[in-house]
Amino acid sequence: MIEVTGLTKHFGPRTAVDEVSFSIGQGEIVGFLGPNGAGKTTTLRMLTGFLPPSVGSARVAGFDVDTQSMQVRSHIGYLPETVPIYRDLTVAYYLDFVGRLKGMPRARRRERTAEVIHACGIEDVFQQRIGTLSRGYRQRVGLAQALLNDPEVLFLDEPTVGLDPRQIVEIRDLIRSLAGRRTVVLSTHILPEVSLLCRRVLIIHRGRLIADARPEELQSHTGDALRVDVEARGELAAVRAAIESVEGVASVAGLDSAIAGIVRLRVAADSGADPREAIAATLAARNIGLRSLVTASVTLEDVFVQLVTREN
Amino acid sequence: MGKTYALYRRELAYYFQSPVAYAVIAVFVLLAGYFFYNLLGYFNLTSIQAMQNPLQARSLSLTTSVLQPLFGNMSAVLLLLLPLLTMRLFTEERRSGSAELLFTYPVTDWNVIMGKFLAAATVYGVMLAMTLPCPALLYYFSTPETGAVVSGYLGLFLMGITFLAMGMFFSSLGDSQLVAGAATFGCGLLFLIVGWVTPFVSPGVGAVLEQLSIVRHLDAFARGVIDTNDLVFYANITVFFLFLCARVLDSARWRS
Repeated sequence: MIEVTGLTKHFGPRTAVDEVSFSIGQGEIVGFLGPNGAGKTTTLRMLTGFLPPSVGSARVAGFDVDTQSMQVRSHIGYLPETVPIYRDLTVAYYLDFVGRLKGMPRARRRERTAEVIHACGIEDVFQQRIGTLSRGYRQRVGLAQALLNDPEVLFLDEPTVGLDPRQIVEIRDLIRSLAGRRTVVLSTHILPEVSLLCRRVLIIHRGRLIADARPEELQSHTGDALRVDVEARGELAAVRAAIESVEGVASVAGLDSAIAGIVRLRVAADSGADPREAIAATLAARNIGLRSLVTASVTLEDVFVQLVTREN
Repeated sequence: MGKTYALYRRELAYYFQSPVAYAVIAVFVLLAGYFFYNLLGYFNLTSIQAMQNPLQARSLSLTTSVLQPLFGNMSAVLLLLLPLLTMRLFTEERRSGSAELLFTYPVTDWNVIMGKFLAAATVYGVMLAMTLPCPALLYYFSTPETGAVVSGYLGLFLMGITFLAMGMFFSSLGDSQLVAGAATFGCGLLFLIVGWVTPFVSPGVGAVLEQLSIVRHLDAFARGVIDTNDLVFYANITVFFLFLCARVLDSARWRS
């Protein structure tokens, strides 16, 4: 559905996207991950026909983004990072306007509008001016305009930024419901979002594609060793000694603790070892109060640090 | 076609749902009415004097004393007001970021340009139409030359269209409405006064400058003369600026 070969974009002397190649099949939901300024938005802009590539080519829905821009544009839906919709229009007028621009005949506009306002949950605000809507509703209107032409390929640039937690869950559910027939490219810098929604992740850093993997595999990029955060009541030295005595523990590092008398430690296990139960047993045996023992979650930072170091 | 129409409708809705069109039209009609009252009052005064002076009476005409100066005055007001109609057309899309979404829809640059241009031209047409009571009053009290009225309005409309095309071009350059408005005003003013220097520049340059003068072409229309030379002049300038605007939109995509 999307074929990208050697895609490059220069802005003057700066290279925003540097020879990126990947291909995405029909029905895939792919996470496009990277820190701010990594080149995610520029890549999306090239794939949506807004910017022409400097070098390389991309085909979306079977059409070349540079030479067949109009055909590409009719087969895609795009939700830009900041939803730039006309504040003075009502939702109803806006969606009708977008439908006309997407070249949809009247009957189809009417039918699809009814479908997308239901899918995006914006029936209540259908007659309101967009300027009066909350951030969450505006985001959904943005999603509605992207979905209006029933696109084969959907590009979503940071769709949950600036939403409250409940709205984030709703938007994610909506995106998940789009899976199957549609190809979705979801740009984000939030790792959990990717693990929740996507079965494949492309990581971009300084304009270059540095990883193309399944979200579970990302974990292994940080080393396959298990890491555990331990919180216990007792003296730092004593707790540390107790944990270090456990078989399978590779290293112990102190973490900040806000409460006096409570220590927090990050424990890294040997590769392949799982010393969690042994740690609990040892602490109990030495009469140290174990308050919590949690598997440390892999953060995007960890993944990046690993990937970038590997790159260098 | 349907896409241009959609953009046209949306742009027109913006003009008439916000105070922009009403404010610009109201100011124009008010000033045009004042000029008309002033010119007609003065004409009335000279007519009364001319009743004692048959020689003077022969040289009096509604066309030269009322219509011609009225169109001239209106053109100066338009120079000030029309940039206000066009200065936000592209700057606003840039600033709000809606240009990004607009140009990922299957619409061409020309769809967008023509939609916006025709909407601005429509507002301008309404603006001119609102001053029609002035010539209507002339018909009620006297018999003005219909040819001069019609060609005067045609000339004024065409001149305004060139200002609108100019304004579209300047609004496509950046994201500041103020800069776009000021540049349009400056450029329009230059076209109005470019003929002033003809008496003391070399004849060759003078001829070119005179051809470029918007006033000179408008004068012909105001006298009741519709010359293809003038029609072509306005059409050329309009197309030239619309074309530049299309080039800017295209190149902005490469540079951005």
